[in-house]
Amino acid sequence: MTSSLLLGITTFTYLFATLCFVYIFVFKAYRVYPFAIAVTVLALAIQTAGIGLRWYESYAMDIGHAPLTNMYESVVFFSWSIALIYLLMEWKFKTRILGLFALPFAFLAMAYASFSTGISKEISPLIPALQSNWLIAHVITCFVGYAAFTVAAGLGAMFLLKVSKGGAEKKDGGQFLAAIPAPDLVEDLIYKSMLFGFIWLTAGIITGAVWANSAWGTYWSWDPKETWSLITWFIYAITLHSRYTGGWTGKPLAWLAILGLVSVIFTYYGVNFWLSGLHSYGSG
Amino acid sequence: MKHTNQAWEFFSSVRLAIFTLCSLALTSIIGTVIPQNKPDSWYVDKYGPATAQFFQVLDIPDMYGSWWFLILLGLLCANLIICSIDRFPTTWRLMTSDQLAIHSDRLQGMTLRQEWSLSSPLGESAAQLSTALAKAGWKSASREIETGTLLFAGKGAWSRLGVYVVHLSILIIFIGAIIGSFLGFKGTVMLPEGESTTRIFASDSSEPIDLGFEVLCNSFSIDYYPNGMPKEYASVLTVRENGKDILKKMIEVNKPLTYKGITFYQSSYQAYQNFIVSIVIQPDKTGKIFTIPYQQEMEWPEKNIRFGIVNAEGTGDSVTRIKIWMKHGDLPASTFWVDNGKDASIPSGDKTVAVSAKQMFATGLQVAKDPGVWLVYLGCSLMLIGLYVSFFVSHQRLWLLLRPGKGDAGTGIVLAGGSNKNQTGFARSFAKLADRLRGMQQ
Ligand code: HEM
Repeated sequence: MTSSLLLGITTFTYLFATLCFVYIFVFKAYRVYPFAIAVTVLALAIQTAGIGLRWYESYAMDIGHAPLTNMYESVVFFSWSIALIYLLMEWKFKTRILGLFALPFAFLAMAYASFSTGISKEISPLIPALQSNWLIAHVITCFVGYAAFTVAAGLGAMFLLKVSKGGAEKKDGGQFLAAIPAPDLVEDLIYKSMLFGFIWLTAGIITGAVWANSAWGTYWSWDPKETWSLITWFIYAITLHSRYTGGWTGKPLAWLAILGLVSVIFTYYGVNFWLSGLHSYGSG
Repeated sequence: MKHTNQAWEFFSSVRLAIFTLCSLALTSIIGTVIPQNKPDSWYVDKYGPATAQFFQVLDIPDMYGSWWFLILLGLLCANLIICSIDRFPTTWRLMTSDQLAIHSDRLQGMTLRQEWSLSSPLGESAAQLSTALAKAGWKSASREIETGTLLFAGKGAWSRLGVYVVHLSILIIFIGAIIGSFLGFKGTVMLPEGESTTRIFASDSSEPIDLGFEVLCNSFSIDYYPNGMPKEYASVLTVRENGKDILKKMIEVNKPLTYKGITFYQSSYQAYQNFIVSIVIQPDKTGKIFTIPYQQEMEWPEKNIRFGIVNAEGTGDSVTRIKIWMKHGDLPASTFWVDNGKDASIPSGDKTVAVSAKQMFATGLQVAKDPGVWLVYLGCSLMLIGLYVSFFVSHQRLWLLLRPGKGDAGTGIVLAGGSNKNQTGFARSFAKLADRLRGMQQ
């Protein structure tokens, strides 16, 4: 048993869980819901074991470090956080259908990590700059934040679908989308996940700054990755205030959740490939 | 004073905040696309003279320090300060006002409201209810009013300050950053092993900066993983003041040394073609350290020893094994290998000569002084606390109005309440509490 095998199985289990939710959505087969949740929990358990085993393997190789230090490991952790946040939300709010909009991201992240040729899955030793507990704190906080924003964007898509022309008003469409809870509830969940994500992103930017200061003596150097994380942070800060002053709830909020995710993805992924900077470790 | 009012309104508006935040977000993109802080000629080569000139006018090569970007940041600060001053009195009133002064009609208008009646007389019911409230975690106060007795219990009034803490934390971070940029510096120095310096060079201008004390690099070393990747860079540094050694410490990446507010970070190194050779003659215990270039002969005349490095093996620019040639007095010369940094004992007549050799390095240090950093960290901590409070702690209020029941006996009860955020969550705990209060009476 190796960690790559477990993480490979995880990928397909997330795919299967997603399909269960598609089935529930299309056939309104709510009986299947407990099964779909069970599959998701199973996927998360296998993934947790995979991450744990990878951690263990790195110690067996005598270069032990938490599995949170390169692109592959961070994408896996991202997927793990999405699934965990999704399950916690489902446990608390019982939307029964959110899985359809959240789990595809967990699956896609794993599929990308497992099958993209551009990502090295090697467990490699850490260069000196990366040997810091602040790095671990930085990666965890950032990715929990990103995962919450991903769930918010999934909910945003769900909201837009629900209130779209084919949605509530039309008879057939209304039938088709009946599985999606009332817009007000979805709206509330979008906003809550954005608040949750905002705190973690803030903590992520701060721990990154502390790390940079302990390694280089500069807590902020406006390198492209830092700047993009700040831009993302601004977008969510704007969202908080536009709700307050412009009453931007509902559709605008849903769109902002999606725009925010686009910015997150660019911060996380785009910057490594199109812009250069200190965070080159992420590109390997 | 109409004009001042308008200006005040403008600067205290959240609209301005949104405008400023949007402007900051959009303009920040520029500096991630156009590389920053290159020499002027680089922009001319890359973008042509006309565009480069345009960039100069707008300070694009250093956009995050440009006049217009600083104006945007200043606008954000002004907005934050004025907005907070504008709104604080209202918030304070909401936190501290006398909640028992509420008109009992207002309770009827609240969405969260339950009514029931008790058989016990008013005074007894009030005592019972306030004990039950206290048991459920709600400390209440009461007052006799015209129509009966009013009980009030509130939680988390202070949480209304959360937003102010968040906004204040941004200002604190800015103040810390400003202090750092005016009173601090960033510099570098390349310090060969065995040498010391009292000055370093500013990162931006390359001007020398006096430290006010002396740092000595005792030694530098690199450790590798089996696959050849560097595992750790480390330097042993000594701080000297007035000729006295004050402090000696090994620094690594992520583990700097700080003295008098100046911090030394391990950041790079340089490998030399020179070697540091130490020779100790046993049993006399006389020894000496030499710095010698590759493949050159060196002499220690007092002891009549001549030696040199004749060969070296290694990976990349770092040496692992060194071949030494040595001649002691009239004895025949010997050549032998030693591992980098290790000893070899060579019998030589009635004595033993212990020789160790090591490749010479210079350690590259990043040197920073930032007297504002603690304010930045304070601001960051406050921001996290403030965000938590403003998102997840709410100001919850409960009122209980007790009126004498119809006729003579019994008490009519109205329970009403509200929360300034998380209404759905509060509605749930309100319903639970109401059940509990009603249940206890049976
Ligand atoms: C990067 C800058 C800023 C950040 C991170 C920030 C953060 C926040 C947060 C977290 C909230 C609470 C939102 C909620 O509870 O849903 C908030 C509310 C608010 N902010 Fe800001 N803010 C910023 C800039 C500003 C500026 C420049 C103003 C100036 C007008 C402003 C005015 C307000 C107001 C009026 C509220 C609502 C307060 C209330 O609920 O009573 N903010 N802000």
